[in-house]
Amino acid sequence: MAAIFQGVGAAATLSSSPSNSFDSNNSFLSPPRSFSVGKGASFSVIRSGGILNLNSKGRRAQQLISNAVATKADSAAVSSSSKPGHELLLFEALQEGLEEEMDRDLRVCVMGEDVGHYGGSYKVTKGLAKKFGDLRVLDTPIAENSFTGMGIGAAMTGLRPVVEGMNMGFLLLAFNQISNNCGMLHYTSGGQFTIPIVIRGPGGVGRQLGAEHSQRLESYFQSIPGIQMVACSTPYNAKGLMKAAIRSENPVILFEHVLLYNLKERIPDEDYICNLEEAEMVRPGEHVTILTYSRMRYHVMQAAKTLVNKGYDPEVIDIRSLKPFDLYTIGNSVKKTHRVLIVEECMRTGGIGASLTAAITENFNDYLDAPIMCLSSQDVPTPYAGTLEEVTVVQPAQIVTAVEQLCR
Amino acid sequence: MALSQLLSSSSRSGNRLKSLSSAISLRHPISTDTTPITVETSVPFTSHQCEVPSRTVQTNAKELLTFFRDMALMRRMEIAADSLYKAKLIRGFCHLYDGQEAVAVGMEAAITKKDSIITAYRDHCTFIARGGTLLEVFAELMGRQAGCSRGKGGSMHFYKKDSNFYGGHGIVGAQVPLGCGLAFAQKYCKDEAVTFALYGDGAANQGQLFEALNISALWDLPAILVCENNHYGMGTAEWRAAKSPAYYKRGDYVPGLKVDGMDVLAVKQACTFAKEHALKNGPIILEMDTYRYHGHSMSDPGSTYRTRDEITGVRQERDPVERIRKLILSHDLATEKELKDTEKEVRKEVDDAIAQAKENPVPDSSELFTNVYAKGLGVESFGADRKEVRATLP
Repeated sequence: MAAIFQGVGAAATLSSSPSNSFDSNNSFLSPPRSFSVGKGASFSVIRSGGILNLNSKGRRAQQLISNAVATKADSAAVSSSSKPGHELLLFEALQEGLEEEMDRDLRVCVMGEDVGHYGGSYKVTKGLAKKFGDLRVLDTPIAENSFTGMGIGAAMTGLRPVVEGMNMGFLLLAFNQISNNCGMLHYTSGGQFTIPIVIRGPGGVGRQLGAEHSQRLESYFQSIPGIQMVACSTPYNAKGLMKAAIRSENPVILFEHVLLYNLKERIPDEDYICNLEEAEMVRPGEHVTILTYSRMRYHVMQAAKTLVNKGYDPEVIDIRSLKPFDLYTIGNSVKKTHRVLIVEECMRTGGIGASLTAAITENFNDYLDAPIMCLSSQDVPTPYAGTLEEVTVVQPAQIVTAVEQLCR
Repeated sequence: MALSQLLSSSSRSGNRLKSLSSAISLRHPISTDTTPITVETSVPFTSHQCEVPSRTVQTNAKELLTFFRDMALMRRMEIAADSLYKAKLIRGFCHLYDGQEAVAVGMEAAITKKDSIITAYRDHCTFIARGGTLLEVFAELMGRQAGCSRGKGGSMHFYKKDSNFYGGHGIVGAQVPLGCGLAFAQKYCKDEAVTFALYGDGAANQGQLFEALNISALWDLPAILVCENNHYGMGTAEWRAAKSPAYYKRGDYVPGLKVDGMDVLAVKQACTFAKEHALKNGPIILEMDTYRYHGHSMSDPGSTYRTRDEITGVRQERDPVERIRKLILSHDLATEKELKDTEKEVRKEVDDAIAQAKENPVPDSSELFTNVYAKGLGVESFGADRKEVRATLP
């Protein structure tokens, strides 16, 4: 049976957060430490696992999704009470998820450049061609516009293709297909066709790959109505999101990051899926909410160590769902801490951070004690020189300074 | 076809013809005569890298009369759409297909509903050929609820999933990779069916066509690319847009066939041939030499880049409806009056559908947010299985 909720194997894992103790088996009404009572009404929430969570007195229970994150943090060491899963790297987790879904549903097929016989340029599809054959794992010529279009056409009939862009930046060539056909066909056909396609690939700033191979396409795709976007950051959520994306009836764009493919983590043996629209609570805290996703999560966690030493208690949320935003989790956090810092790898102009700032301001303006700070990459093409490239993206030191400024 | 049922139910000629008892006479009741008639197509086919299908076509009275009725219906529908547009009941873009009806009707006669068709924005008649109703057409054009896309698509977005009609696309050329994807799905699911991906002479210069053709040829997909060459890409004549206007040869390693697109029997023959070919050997290109009487769309008068003489010339010499009319009359399959009656019937049908569509309400405001995502997102947060995990966003 698929365990639908997150952290099934690692729910008992405690994070390195100092003050929280959490009993995973029972209700989630763990007494909060020093909650600031918000103005909210009480409402019932059916959280992951189908456990009804009734809130009275306006206290919001926090669901600790403190799964083992492969950061420099020592969380892995305390996973003694979790089920023994198996350890693997992020690209292997993606492959596992893909393989399981292909086993489960004959309609799932993979298309992309070098995904078949070569095994995938980042080895995500390694071994699949041999196992499933050439009709299910398809090597395409270098023609993104048309093979993305073909994937969408196949999806219209009910197949579930997984289209890989060797680098997300190459999908700019398929922008027309993604925007007009993938996103809009469900609407313009009056609901007749669904497009259960998954478009995935690595993006982000790598190690001196040059400007054209270091693009962050989430900012370009975010306005397209009708698509969903998720970004994975750990082997656990990579596998979970891959599976959820394949099972979803909507077109999903799964953003991976070039530098995260070799992260190692222990993941559960049993079948699990991650919720596509939910954000992940990486580290609960009190003083400031730090919203981030993909690679910047690790920069944030590194900064968090420094911040903890300096006496701050940041709450780190990996938003994961870039479209739509999980305003529920984010909102709860804002209502608790009243300060928001967004750390992202997109450019400052028109990035995910910009949209998120707008969304939070619109919905939670009354809860904010300070203006939202957004740390993004510089509005420049990514330079080749290593030193310059480092300065293009947000570094942990800048995050520490920003938090100090926010919490003044 | 739905239209053939309408024909048999409304045929009045059966009663009159019972008085003629001669067995040799060809004047059988219109709706049931299936004695084969052999006709030659107007011009022979020209082929590229494949053998040429025969110029002699087998048909029968029933089929010819069905063709006549269908094409007359389409012609009437497009002209009615013209008036509706001028009356400002249809807004935006409206691309009319009159003149090209033979392609839609001939193609439909050669295939089944299991085969898929995908086309660009000049899709009203193809939608009708695939089984759509006049009410759905007019309601969609006027943006009403009863439209085939619930009023949310418009002229360029007609779809009919149950008869494998995949639309209805506004961006030139983007439907061809989609069509090859449909063919891929047919091969994947072992459907033994083919996909007809239609595009125009303007779209023939798009790169994604050649990309998709390459992939289709590599993977042996049952894709038939049909270039409806009406010789003008909006305002640009084909000789000004294409260095090589022999679109059927453009596939290079992919065989091609050039067809007189104003001759419905030739179209039918070519499509039958193409379907057989595609199921065995992979993609093939059909070039339909056709013509549109209207401009590119309703905002284009259609006379700034071509002469009125040219238009009237084609109308006199090559009009598809007239050609079938002459064929029917010369083979004595129906009288002049019967055909005129059919046209009157058809006109009435169109008028009725328009009246009904005008009564239809506009979509509800809540329809703005339906069908953006399957199963509605943005308000409730669902789990991967979209069943249990839910939270109401603040």
